[in-house]
Amino acid sequence: MAEQTVVRDAGEIPVTIIKPSRGWRAVDFGELWRYRELIYFLVWRDVKVRYKQTLLGAAWAVLKPFLSMVIFSVIFAGLAKLETDGAPPPIFYYAGLLPWVLFQDGVTKAGTSLVTGSNLITKVYFPRLSIPLASVVAGVVDFGLAFLVLIGMMVYYGVAPTAAVWTLPLFLLLALVTALGVGLWLSALNVSYRDVGYITPFLMQAWLYASPVVYSTSIFPAGLARVAIGLNPMAGVVQGFRWAILGGNPPPAGLFGLSVGVAIILLVSGVLYFRRTERTFADVV
Amino acid sequence: MDQLAIRVDQLGKQYRIGAMPTGYRTLRDALVSGLKRLGSGDFHREQETIWALRDVSFDVMQGQVLGIIGRNGAGKSTLLKLLSRVTEPTEGFAEIHGRVGSLLEVGTGFHPELTGRENIYLNGAILGMKRAEIEAKFDEIVDFAEVRKFIDTPVKRYSSGMYLRLAFAVAAHLEPEILVVDEVLAVGDAEFQQKCLGKMSDVAQEGRTVLFVSHNMSAILRLTQETIVLDKGQIVLRAPTPEAVDFYMTSNMARSGEHIWEVPPADGDAPFLPRALRIIDHQGRIADRVASTEGCTVEFEYELRRELTGLRAGIYIYSSRGESVQVRPAASGPRRGAVRCGRRSIGRSWSVHVEESRPQDLDEATPRLVPCFGRGLPAGAGGRNATG
Repeated sequence: MAEQTVVRDAGEIPVTIIKPSRGWRAVDFGELWRYRELIYFLVWRDVKVRYKQTLLGAAWAVLKPFLSMVIFSVIFAGLAKLETDGAPPPIFYYAGLLPWVLFQDGVTKAGTSLVTGSNLITKVYFPRLSIPLASVVAGVVDFGLAFLVLIGMMVYYGVAPTAAVWTLPLFLLLALVTALGVGLWLSALNVSYRDVGYITPFLMQAWLYASPVVYSTSIFPAGLARVAIGLNPMAGVVQGFRWAILGGNPPPAGLFGLSVGVAIILLVSGVLYFRRTERTFADVV
Repeated sequence: MDQLAIRVDQLGKQYRIGAMPTGYRTLRDALVSGLKRLGSGDFHREQETIWALRDVSFDVMQGQVLGIIGRNGAGKSTLLKLLSRVTEPTEGFAEIHGRVGSLLEVGTGFHPELTGRENIYLNGAILGMKRAEIEAKFDEIVDFAEVRKFIDTPVKRYSSGMYLRLAFAVAAHLEPEILVVDEVLAVGDAEFQQKCLGKMSDVAQEGRTVLFVSHNMSAILRLTQETIVLDKGQIVLRAPTPEAVDFYMTSNMARSGEHIWEVPPADGDAPFLPRALRIIDHQGRIADRVASTEGCTVEFEYELRRELTGLRAGIYIYSSRGESVQVRPAASGPRRGAVRCGRRSIGRSWSVHVEESRPQDLDEATPRLVPCFGRGLPAGAGGRNATG
């Protein structure tokens, strides 16, 4: 963790310099790469452990978005009669919930990851970034399982994927980048301030309603309201996801660019804050 | 082999104390104290700090096995944490030639829900082993830990002994150039501890550089040639191990005339649990030193969870280096209840007498074994150790 911990290869033996560090630090990608096996095992652990000692096991990966979809369909489409852009409400909600759950799980798990992993942090050195990173990436497995059900639903409702279906991985990536950015902020803050654990559920609830998961962006008049929603990267993700699967109105390129920009700002600032505070993690956590 | 492995130069680590009593603070505390400071205009509130380690410099050559001893809070663990990069120094620097494997605890990252097999991979990766390396050593690790039958059982179902054996086994098969070890030998039963010690001395003989922190002087003596004594965050002595151990035992350890076992060292279901050991001088006070011309009592307090037949008690006295000076295991207890045995000395020869005590004489919660001895105690040896 010591900054300016230069690891240079002098012949065969790497030399490490340990000394106090100051200020902002960039990410040491080389080091992250050297620790890729650890990151792999951390992801693997998170995936394996997630549904241990549950009756339904990995079925929960599917049930979480599926049950939310049922509730949303009954309340928002059934009772509140919200517009679903002409798509069958179940598939409309499910397609929005998939990236949302990936994001929400990633942020929540990453947010508490350093505190849960405090026994690791205080005993062994490795790039601290790998812990929240693994938490976010582990969600992709759940996403994959839930996605299979989406395919089943598409067959059931006779919805053919649009030609834009190839863009799905891009939206997925955007969701992951946003989740990691927010997750890094929360995890580093959580080390010092356990308030984060209480704030996160409310943050996620507010964020859910700020994203077009239960409604379509078409309910907003074009103009300022849509720009405001473009500031939320998850709005771009959810909207883009639906568009790639169900067709309809694509996310406007300008607004989508805004979403990407915000996501990158979240990630870069999250990484910087994380790197700046990580030197005291082991002392404070 | 005469190459530098570790160079430590004026390394120091400062911790804040008081300001964060629970280790973390809430956002509210941070806001409130910020506002208070604004209100009082006191922006430079002094925080109470402590130097856990300061001005520590030393070199370690490749292949050297260096012991580090000192009382609790002397800075041993802080030093290891700095060298294994778990935390950052406040000042000074260190230069490390080679990969460092740090063993500050056994079983770091073990997950109770995962099986023994899965935990070997996870723990190995956390300790810095490559996957191929773990695969190559897998059988060796399982055999060493003696858990082959349970390898596919979640470790939460393991007995604590099995768990610790597996954890140590993974750690013991690390192969970095430099190994940093903190008190990991205190695991498992006596037999497994011997096995661990044997493994550690193999490691030491393989020409790897090892920094070894322990409170177990006989382990330090057995494994290391040279030892650093830390006190209050500073190096007070670096010397050949026997000399360093003598110094430490006489300067630090022997200051206590009483030892209390806070956590019963034996398994929970053991019938016999040691509680306390006290040296009591002829005036009846707990004493950290006694004159060789005066008598004293060694009081050994223990708990019997159930009746034992043929309980034997005795006293072994060791010098500070762990050599046996006196062995008096002879007193045999009564068949029932607890035991009270005494020793009287006449000149330098010891006589032993055993008092049979009926169970109703005993305070049931803390029956006591009170051997007494008088003149002839080699008290000058400094360290003492007794076994009941």
